[in-house]
Amino acid sequence: MLGYFLRRLGYMVIVLALVSVVSFYIVNLPPGSWIESYAIELDNSGLMANQAELDFLTERYGLDKPLHVQYLRWIVPVITQGDFGQSFEWRQPVWNLIRERLLLTMVISVSSIIFIYVVSIPIALYSATHQYSFADYVFSFFGLLGLATPNFLLALVLMVLLLRVFGFSPGGLFSPEYLREPWSFAKFVDLLKHLPVPIIVLGTAGTAGLIRVLRGLLLDELEKQYVKTARAKGVREWRLILKYPFRMALNPVLSTIGSLLPAIVSGSAIVSVVLGLPTTGPLLLRAIIAQDTYAASSMLMMLGALTIIGVFISDLLLMWLDPRIRYERSN
Amino acid sequence: MGIFVPTTKRADEDVYYDIANQRQLIWRKFRRHRVAVFSLYLLVLLYALTIFAEFFAPYGAFERHSGYLFAPPTRLHFVDDEGRFQLRPFVYKVTNELNMETFQREYVEDRTERYPLYFFVRREPYKLLNILTTDIHLFGVEEPGVFFPAGTDELGRDLFSRMLLGARTSLFVGLIGLFFGLFLGLLFGGLSGYYGGGVDTFIQRLIEFLQSLPTLPLWMALAALVPPTWSPIQVYFGISIVLAIVGWTGLARVVRGKLISLREEDYVLAAKLSGVRERDIITRHLLPGFTSYLIVHLSLAIPGMILGETSLSFLGLGIRAPAVSLGTLLQEAQNVQAVTLNPWLLIPGGLVVVIVLAFNFLGDGLRDAADPYKHV
Repeated sequence: MLGYFLRRLGYMVIVLALVSVVSFYIVNLPPGSWIESYAIELDNSGLMANQAELDFLTERYGLDKPLHVQYLRWIVPVITQGDFGQSFEWRQPVWNLIRERLLLTMVISVSSIIFIYVVSIPIALYSATHQYSFADYVFSFFGLLGLATPNFLLALVLMVLLLRVFGFSPGGLFSPEYLREPWSFAKFVDLLKHLPVPIIVLGTAGTAGLIRVLRGLLLDELEKQYVKTARAKGVREWRLILKYPFRMALNPVLSTIGSLLPAIVSGSAIVSVVLGLPTTGPLLLRAIIAQDTYAASSMLMMLGALTIIGVFISDLLLMWLDPRIRYERSN
Repeated sequence: MGIFVPTTKRADEDVYYDIANQRQLIWRKFRRHRVAVFSLYLLVLLYALTIFAEFFAPYGAFERHSGYLFAPPTRLHFVDDEGRFQLRPFVYKVTNELNMETFQREYVEDRTERYPLYFFVRREPYKLLNILTTDIHLFGVEEPGVFFPAGTDELGRDLFSRMLLGARTSLFVGLIGLFFGLFLGLLFGGLSGYYGGGVDTFIQRLIEFLQSLPTLPLWMALAALVPPTWSPIQVYFGISIVLAIVGWTGLARVVRGKLISLREEDYVLAAKLSGVRERDIITRHLLPGFTSYLIVHLSLAIPGMILGETSLSFLGLGIRAPAVSLGTLLQEAQNVQAVTLNPWLLIPGGLVVVIVLAFNFLGDGLRDAADPYKHV
């Protein structure tokens, strides 16, 4: 058990290192750099580029050095001091920029996953026990629609509907009066009020997919002999379903976090742009377009790290929950 | 898909079942899946519509109608003011006036002037399939009249015409991305399944790594690699390669899994023992075994590619103006104020949903049909 845990931990560290390399290289691959476009921009606006400043920045970040040297200059402070470097565009440390946004990305992702489980499990239970009923068809239909709708489109439609019907604009995560406030209970309540729209948008596709998987698994499981035996012995129907087939079907569902979490973090990037949420998505988009390399690669790396650590934790939970997996992995 | 209840088998079909070959069996099972068959026809129709987009579009995609900015979809009438039914549909003249209370431009029908809809009208010339120069459009109304089936955008361009052109980009980016993805998937999946051992472990770890990353941020970063100086055609290929780089992993898994399980089959061993050459074993015994799975997986991978392109273009990182795709059309709908006032800007989004649904149904139908153990 401990051996497995350590091996898994070691593997995760290697993957995280890889993520940092990939993030840094991808962001740095496009030709040119922020300094160059900045100098051109200054030139165009008729201002003199402050050559000393440009030289200082180039020198400080070693932008004239080969890429692997630049990578080391970036990653070493990240590991040793948690210093993600300076954002060129915002003129402040990257960590200050992304700290709160990363936290909000996590809040939104985790609540979306909870939403997905809370909504899809009862629906799948109902659909599987009432196969081919009217409600089953309705759920299947909406499920397919949910899977086929890109979530930025869903966000747009939902915003337009809310605005037209209720005259309420659901943009952002905070009301204007709390935007610059420090964290307080009132601000937290305000956040809770703004969460439902992004969570519904992000959770719909996952919910639809999970209902489909869980319904299929339950239908297979309900056919099995042990269910018939239990029924013949007179176990009450709901008790029977919840105690055996449901528990059997639940494990593959929990292990979907591995694919669910990257999908949600990915979706939140674009949904945040549409809904104007202060998460990493819009900032990443800007940083990529502006070639703000330190900000972009830091965010890319942190998003990758978030999902990888999340999957690791869910894996441990699964082991704790399921004796079969625990046994299989200990050996 | 459990929704589609099988019809009862007829006796003569049972006889046919015993002598039919694999392809006939698959096709027969597929035909039973009525929604899948319908989706297939719908997709064929969509591809045909978009290949000949210029012919089916009443206007040019870049043609501006300066008097009709943000005009709503034009209503087509069959019954005139006197209540008489007209076989040839017509539109009324549309005029706009400024509502002095809301300061919004409002379009109203001028019931005094009627423009009937004609087929095969001569308007703006275009090049069909890039070869044939012609000026015949499938339908249209006579000049001062206008007919916008899906309304116009902020520059007064006909949304329906732009949508046909945009759907062409989106539908084919998916296919080209799929082609690159198929290449990568076959290559890595094949290597992994064929050599096994260290190569297999390495490639599997690589796939796990790629799948654990959030796709969209990765796509965004990769799309930034497409240089701004590229021509629309180059951007187009660039974006499909970007889609493929992230999207090949699922395919490689399918190829590897199938290859490994087929390699162990008795008939492969028998072929080996009878001295069949390696190449013939692969092409004659292994490939037919998983082409059906491959086709199923491909049809289910296309919607992912299309959604990827739409999302990237929507963010302004994919297809760039002047090129049009369903994503760039939706980008114009990004402004919530504009969409709330002009909801028809969301129509391209509806088309995205229809396309993705159709591919999903088609894939479902193909999967059920290709599964030899599933008797429908």
